Amino acid sequence: MKLGILINEGPFTHQASDSAYQFATAALKKGHEIIRVFFYHDGVYNSTKFADPPSDDRNLVQQWSKMAEEHGVELIVCVAAAMRRGINDDALAPGFQISGLGQLIEAGIEADRLVTFGD
Amino acid sequence: MAEEFDDEFDGPVKRFLFVNRKAPYGTVYALESLEVVLISAAFDQDVSLVFVDDGVFQIVKDQDTDGINMKNFSRTYRALEGYDVEKLYVEKESLDARGLTEDDLLVDVEILDSQGLSDLMDAQDVVITS
Amino acid sequence: MLHTVNKSPFEKSSVTSCLRLAKNGSGILFLEDAVFAALQGTSVSDVVAGRAKDFQFYVLGPDLAARGLSEKPVIDGVEVIDYEGFVDLVEEHDAVHSWL
Repeated sequence: MKLGILINEGPFTHQASDSAYQFATAALKKGHEIIRVFFYHDGVYNSTKFADPPSDDRNLVQQWSKMAEEHGVELIVCVAAAMRRGINDDALAPGFQISGLGQLIEAGIEADRLVTFGD
Repeated sequence: MAEEFDDEFDGPVKRFLFVNRKAPYGTVYALESLEVVLISAAFDQDVSLVFVDDGVFQIVKDQDTDGINMKNFSRTYRALEGYDVEKLYVEKESLDARGLTEDDLLVDVEILDSQGLSDLMDAQDVVITS
Repeated sequence: MLHTVNKSPFEKSSVTSCLRLAKNGSGILFLEDAVFAALQGTSVSDVVAGRAKDFQFYVLGPDLAARGLSEKPVIDGVEVIDYEGFVDLVEEHDAVHSWL
């Protein structure tokens, strides 16, 4: 199955990105394809390399980057939502790309299922 | 087949449902969700919007945001028709619970009871919420 | 349709809205703070249990465990699953509606 994932919240205030990451990990383990993870609303905060949580906490930004590197998962950050929140190309962690909202609609069209995680 | 695709989008048409359950201004979800709806119009999909729970407050008329210095985006719902987004549905129970009627709304909608809305929502291919 | 709910029924109306608007025969997965809706002996247990004939309920075990609730009895008919089970549910249903 081809999956698209939409994440609407940042990596710390809400569990959304954690749940999405655990779901995505399980999906990859089962041999499914994740065609795109789209970050919208405060979800764009998952993309900033300046996130620096304490060393005894998980670093979701790095986890997503690693998933992109190891599994070729596309991590797309909405440009309009990112600009509002002060995130640009210079802030992006490895594997993340800034693009338009059309990428979310395309994911909905091309994926067999679109699964949303938010607040 | 890939070679059949050209610059114009002529891929599959899916039924996209945008579910609005949150009020405007208190959080950004209503405003940013509307931006997704506008973009979706460019993809020639079968787009529907539903307003349930506090989402019905998004389309209440006479919104005036001067006093809170935030953008009043309520007019955009009336502009959706120009984007060929014409399927707007409101749950009657949500209106009733909030003391609202169709006359309070700023845009033409179809009002459905929970059962009707349930059937409509179940028949969608892609459901986007925020 | 698979419905997912992630809000505590004691704080938000997502669970009751989902129960009102999901079509009979749907799957409903409680995750994150919505796992509280799956437990016996709460003020909302009867509301959920009363719909067990209309829906197939699931609850995400890792979210129960994280909240110290693994040993608490869940409502009859609620199936405890893990993330791989979540993936299977997404595959088995034709679409997913997240009640945020």
